[in-house]
Amino acid sequence: MSAFATSFPAAPEAWKLPYRGKVAMACLIIAEAAIFTIFVVAYLFYIGKSLTGPKPADVLETPIFFTICLLSSSLTVHFAGAALARGRRSAFVSMWLVTILLGGLFLFGTGMEWRHLIYERGLTISTNLFGTTYYSLVGLHAFHVIVGLVMLSIVAIFALAGRVGVEQCGRVDVLAMYWHFVDAVWVVVFTVVYILGR
Amino acid sequence: MSANAITIESVPAGDQTWLATLHGWLTTVDHKRLGLLYIAYGLMFLVVGGVEALIIRIQLMHSHNDFVSPQVFNRMFTMHGTTMIFFMVMPVLFGFANYLVPLMIGARDMAFPRLNAFSFWLTALGGLLLYFSFLGGSGLYGAGNAPDVGWWAYAPLGAKAFSPGHSTDYWTLSLLVSGFGSIGTAINIIATVLCMRCPGMKLGRMPLVVWLYLVMSGMVLIAITPLSAAQIMLLIDRYLGGHFFDTQAGGSAVLWMHFFWIFGHPEVYVLVIPAFGFLSEIIPVFSRKPIFGYPVMVAASVAIAFVSLSVWAHHMFTVGMNSYANSFFALTTMAVGVPTGIKIFNWIGTMWGGRIRFKVPMLFCIGFLFQFLIAGLTGIIQAAAPVDWQLSLSYFVVAHFHYVIVGGILFATFGAFYYWYPKVTGRMLSESLGKLHFWLFLIGFHLTFDVMHIPGLLGMPRRIYTYEPGRGWDTLNLIVSVGAFIQAIAILVFVANLIISYWKGEKAGNDPWDAWTLEWSTSSPPSAYNFATVPVVASRRPLWDLKHPEDPDSRYE
Repeated sequence: MSAFATSFPAAPEAWKLPYRGKVAMACLIIAEAAIFTIFVVAYLFYIGKSLTGPKPADVLETPIFFTICLLSSSLTVHFAGAALARGRRSAFVSMWLVTILLGGLFLFGTGMEWRHLIYERGLTISTNLFGTTYYSLVGLHAFHVIVGLVMLSIVAIFALAGRVGVEQCGRVDVLAMYWHFVDAVWVVVFTVVYILGR
Repeated sequence: MSANAITIESVPAGDQTWLATLHGWLTTVDHKRLGLLYIAYGLMFLVVGGVEALIIRIQLMHSHNDFVSPQVFNRMFTMHGTTMIFFMVMPVLFGFANYLVPLMIGARDMAFPRLNAFSFWLTALGGLLLYFSFLGGSGLYGAGNAPDVGWWAYAPLGAKAFSPGHSTDYWTLSLLVSGFGSIGTAINIIATVLCMRCPGMKLGRMPLVVWLYLVMSGMVLIAITPLSAAQIMLLIDRYLGGHFFDTQAGGSAVLWMHFFWIFGHPEVYVLVIPAFGFLSEIIPVFSRKPIFGYPVMVAASVAIAFVSLSVWAHHMFTVGMNSYANSFFALTTMAVGVPTGIKIFNWIGTMWGGRIRFKVPMLFCIGFLFQFLIAGLTGIIQAAAPVDWQLSLSYFVVAHFHYVIVGGILFATFGAFYYWYPKVTGRMLSESLGKLHFWLFLIGFHLTFDVMHIPGLLGMPRRIYTYEPGRGWDTLNLIVSVGAFIQAIAILVFVANLIISYWKGEKAGNDPWDAWTLEWSTSSPPSAYNFATVPVVASRRPLWDLKHPEDPDSRYE
């Protein structure tokens, strides 16, 4: 078929390309960051523009404990990955489960906060602009925590079944990247909602 | 060591039942098949969106026409815009990316074949949702049908009070779903380009169309997502009683405009950047010269992508921003002209002194050069805020952006069809039908869109369903409509060419254009595995090196 000489040049000695999982996760994080940026801009733009109460200063309490939970889960997920890379599987499993626990605690905190706001303070998503922007931004973040927890749990199930070894290190790292991102977003959301917004 | 570039003819797998064939296409994760699905899907919507355009043009043929009601007219321009941008141009460009990128970088498939299939079917679902609104848009309320809020859906038109029923919901959901599909494909293209290149295919050796798809995908990540975010906000407003864009509760209608155009303007560049890529592949091959200024072309593309992210509010000069914002956006908009001008200069530099072959792909590219230049110039005119205050929302703007999208992007895409059709099918598209298509489309295009500038200058606003006689618009509108029909005939010639040449076309062989990039080294159509042995490249024109072992490019790069 081929009409011309058919020899490709010699392959270069070292030909190493980045791992596609990490590249794809980095891209997803860029895309997600753009989505969050729009929600954060909307939140900042609407601070103090609600026509009716309640206002953030009246009802919001700073969730310091649950923030510490979420941020420390970034550390545990990192330690879990490092343990797996060194082949210490039981350390990996325990750190991984602690990560899920901390993430779950954070989600519980958000749930309690929302329950308080809705039933005791009467703030819903349709009450005023503060309610609309607050539940959207915090809810968008909580949604990402839930997705992260589901994925972490799937890995946990496989790990408990003894199916996660050193060869899965790359994949575990990709998931850890996502989890770090969820935590980093919380730093921004926390600053915007609980510090600037009040 | 030296590997042999063996090409093996595909072996017919025996007759399949039509059910097995259908099953194969529906469950495929092969990048070439998904690429063709994308393209077929986009072409179907080219016809649908084209019919909507014709309905608009029949209605505007003369003053006081009552071919369709005002309500139907609003639905037609909304559906025409949404369809052409999201379900015609985007899928066709993603289709080309799917088909070409792995072949051009010497890969077996995309980085994530299943994500690829998932993204396609999300896009397909998006189109289905949009058109289901014709049936389901009335919902329980019995009001509305297809969305009629314009493709920007400016607040408060999109709010529940002004768009009762579900038509706007279908619009929102379809853009949200297809947006996720676009993000999936963009991630896939970036991962493929960065992680799947064959040995020797350094970033600086990639074909320019691959580079431009990389830039385009990066833009999709940060430009499509604001639209998704805004659509989520609109859904919260419509379904949960939120107040993002509800002015009566302190919300801002202008915020929606910002969010929409933060997406909307870069989107134009998302669409035109692959078109630049097609030109950068076709012009060198038909000028028999390597591309002029490869690194500058790459740099200019990245610069265009970067600058285009900060021009969006030039769509909003008439909203009443302060003078600093107006000056900033006017200056950035004019600045985009610089890297774009560099690209036009480099394409002409490639043609300069070349042995130009005026085949159909090249004709479309030359058409692009002239028309895109004019489109850019009318863009610069409107970048001056005071001029825009006069021209904004008139037919001048409509003429300008159709010059970009039809005269630029669509012409380049037609060129790409004629250039790569032999690779995809193994047969050449007919040159005579192709020339007929080109000339008819060129005449129709210029009749429609050259003339359309004038009623805009005379003050004819866009989106009006009819107009008074005696304003000097009648004859001009009639000419515009006649041009639209000539374009429609040209599209029919094109579709006929695609179908007839598939059966009757001249056999193409591996490399009908004597081209230089890797996709031409494998059989036409390529086998499922693309390459029998993994290619190795040492320059930007690997096939030149193969054909001219005595004087390879790799000696000079």
